[in-house]
Amino acid sequence: MLVKLERRAHPSRVMVAGAPLAAAVLTILGGSVLFAALGHDPVLAFHAFFIAPVSDLYGLGELSLKATPLMLCAIGLAIGFRANVWNIGAEGQLIAGAICGGGLALYVGPSGGALLLPAMLVAGALGGMAWAGLAAFLRVRFNANEILVTLMLTYIAGLFLSYLVYGPWRSPTGFNWPESSDLADAARMPRLLAGTRLNLGIVIAPAVALLAWIFLARSYLAYSMEVGGLAPKAARYAGFSQRRMIWLGLLAGGATAGLAGVIEVSGTIGKLREVVSPGYGFAAIIVAYIGRLHPIGIILASFMMALFYIGGEQVKVTLGLPSAITGVFQGMLLFFLLMSDLLIAYRPRWTGMRRASVRRPSDADA
Amino acid sequence: MLTLELFTAIFIAVMGAGTPLVLAATGELVSERAGVLNLGVEGMMLVGAAVAFAVTAETGSAVAGVAAGMGAGMALSLIFGFLTLTCLANQVATGLALTIFGVGASASIGASYTGAALVVTSAFKIPYLGDVPVFGELLFSLEPLTYLSLLMAVAVWYFLMRSRPGLVLRAVGDAPESAHATGFPVIAIRYLAVLFGGAMAGIAGAYLSVFYTPVWVENMTAGRGWIAVALVVFATWQVPRMLAGAYLFGGVTIVQFHIQSANLGITTQFLSMLPYAATIIVLVIISSNAMKVRLHTPAALAKPFHADD
Repeated sequence: MLVKLERRAHPSRVMVAGAPLAAAVLTILGGSVLFAALGHDPVLAFHAFFIAPVSDLYGLGELSLKATPLMLCAIGLAIGFRANVWNIGAEGQLIAGAICGGGLALYVGPSGGALLLPAMLVAGALGGMAWAGLAAFLRVRFNANEILVTLMLTYIAGLFLSYLVYGPWRSPTGFNWPESSDLADAARMPRLLAGTRLNLGIVIAPAVALLAWIFLARSYLAYSMEVGGLAPKAARYAGFSQRRMIWLGLLAGGATAGLAGVIEVSGTIGKLREVVSPGYGFAAIIVAYIGRLHPIGIILASFMMALFYIGGEQVKVTLGLPSAITGVFQGMLLFFLLMSDLLIAYRPRWTGMRRASVRRPSDADA
Repeated sequence: MLTLELFTAIFIAVMGAGTPLVLAATGELVSERAGVLNLGVEGMMLVGAAVAFAVTAETGSAVAGVAAGMGAGMALSLIFGFLTLTCLANQVATGLALTIFGVGASASIGASYTGAALVVTSAFKIPYLGDVPVFGELLFSLEPLTYLSLLMAVAVWYFLMRSRPGLVLRAVGDAPESAHATGFPVIAIRYLAVLFGGAMAGIAGAYLSVFYTPVWVENMTAGRGWIAVALVVFATWQVPRMLAGAYLFGGVTIVQFHIQSANLGITTQFLSMLPYAATIIVLVIISSNAMKVRLHTPAALAKPFHADD
């Protein structure tokens, strides 16, 4: 062994902040290698992926537009992840929110007033909470693993949306496309900036992040959840209810994901269709991690992830590469982060060509 | 009335639908028995499917395709192993990253084949035995990979429960510190288990794209990798139960297809929900007996191990 890992006495603060940056740099390097391997000039490809999409106002607007749902989903997920509640079905909760909020708008129709939009947001959040709450109930009552349940519920939500837009909610004037009628003006998010598609969502998402920050930093409940995540035995000893943690962790994720869903429908898309999200709910898992499960970090990370999405669309147009390459970048980013995280708790030590030193049994179990 | 031909047809269909689940779940079961929870099965299956499809399309050889799919699954599992075993990363997060990576990578690999179909002639029959009426057809004319899946499941059962190396593997999953103190290379054994899981997931993907539905469609595994992970939990980490579960799910898939073609007026989307809903229901039934699940869960499942800590 040339390099030996030694446990640090204290976690490295430098690496806590540095690992996401290191991961971002490594992903960009890795991506350039990938582009070169696919026979493209890495500099050109890099420009097409990371620079060109955000070099004008419209592009920046699109970036913020994609950052919004990622930010929202990731904030809710982070609250659960802190307590070791593994909600990986934010995509399904997003769809549930889109169905409930969009459904309300379709039901009310063009007669909706000023209260319609707030009502839709509430309906969307409640829809996401209901979908996540189902997983929480099954976990608390029957001990069913929330990873698998939330994921299966995502498939079911997607199929249900598909049923709605192929069946009862299909637009009568839509030439048989699987989509609903356009939402009425009262049901649309107000646009914020001429020359972009930016809408009110970009204000709502950071506001939710701010609320989450206050909740996480100030509330006893959030503290007890964090203890539950870091030291489950200590949490049990302190009498923190595990059931409450599971409920709260999942409901928080469901609420923000549902909100993201209704904002997508009401803001960007303007109707319900078979696919309302290109995997924002899954990408948000990575955003939550890159953002260190902290609201401010998540805001930054969501813009980085949004860049991957529009970069993927850009290289599809300019280089003819499949846009699915975004997923490759997302995976790489999390790989590199998890790899860099090793250096938070451990210090690599060069041991040269010698054999690893003899272990003393008394050192076991640090 | 259930005629013999109908029974044979249903039997073959259920075996075929269960095969990818048996393959993937067998691999995951070994990995988890060694204490490693790899949630990247779906991603490994997808990349295996894409690579196998591409190689079969280019070379015309299904054998080369399956081998390439297996290699691709192993390559992905090696990334997982490096991160979780060498870099001690969180296994849940790494597995999710592997699946996201695999979804993107498979779609990129398969992009130029979207909608393309493979012409695989798989009129495979075991010589002589396959020609025996009824039983020959019933038992000896399934897909070669279906036999492989059964063979591997039995071999893994024997390995884990009846062989000494299998005992060591289980020790590594239950008490890595003790195994390490006894002198067994915990990390190396876990690497091998993870690689085996990757190879099996790759073959499972190859089976789907080359034999089962030989047309490339993005995300063609449609959650089967996740269902395989769930199957291992249902089976409380035991091979015979895992087999039963896989064919139960194969059966659910087939029932869904038959109702669909019988045109009973049930919407397609609701039928397509069946396997996912069934997964939740079975998970709830099995998990509600918390004691039993805890008793069988490998004690060190998903816990990183570092010898010098």
